[in-house]
Amino acid sequence: MEVKEEQLNGHPVIAPQGDVDLGNSKDLQYHLRQSLNKKPKQLVVDLGGVPYMDSSGVATLVEAMQVSRRSGVSLVLCAMTPRVKSIFEIARLDKVFRIVDSRDQITNA
Amino acid sequence: MTECCGKQDGCCSSATPDVRIEVVSQARYLAGARDLVRAVAGRLGFDAAQCGRIALAVDEALCNVINHGYDKRPDGRIWISIWPMGDPMPERPTGIRIVIEDNAKQVDPEKIKPRDLAEIRPGGLGVHIIREVMDCATYEKRNGAGMRLTMEKKLDTCPPKDTQ
Repeated sequence: MEVKEEQLNGHPVIAPQGDVDLGNSKDLQYHLRQSLNKKPKQLVVDLGGVPYMDSSGVATLVEAMQVSRRSGVSLVLCAMTPRVKSIFEIARLDKVFRIVDSRDQITNA
Repeated sequence: MTECCGKQDGCCSSATPDVRIEVVSQARYLAGARDLVRAVAGRLGFDAAQCGRIALAVDEALCNVINHGYDKRPDGRIWISIWPMGDPMPERPTGIRIVIEDNAKQVDPEKIKPRDLAEIRPGGLGVHIIREVMDCATYEKRNGAGMRLTMEKKLDTCPPKDTQ
């Protein structure tokens, strides 16, 4: 899995590419922590390039959400593939995160 | 959620699994195990969405063995066995039975329970996901050492194909 770091309207975007599972979720965690440490107003995680995620990936995003709330950062998940969305629904986290369909729906925090 | 029928009612055609693989307790092999399970489930008649969910359940079970059973030790052994459910040579099986075994530490099966999802925190979702995805999931101690997880999914419980 590669993790791209991009910008959207001046805010950071973390865009993992590939399956996220127990074998590589620490890589995603590293990039999320690095971005959150800079305390941006908004952090977007673009999951459009993630065909599969297991609960270790979900746990990484839950941890990022908790840090973002403590830090006053608006965390947005976007472009989830149906399979990834499915695990958020199974874990009943689909209503806990701010999830949008695409980057076009993201406005400034 | 009910306990798996196991062999008692003859739900599986043979004592010997159609597919059996052994993997070491390393997360880098999860993707290969998922691909195998997804492909076999597809050949047994499950649609793409169900194949993905069955592979997810197996992934979660393997993660639990790696993390909790073997405490992230990289040299543990894990065995995945797969049977089609139903008559010995049906045109279309009635489901899939997957057994995951290890030589890791034993725990009381009664203590393996999903956590309260109202508590939003990282981790601890694996057992919930397994029980949500599969029709049944039964943990038991193996004779001597390790644990056995038996999971089943019947084809007729598939939801409509409106999700991937």
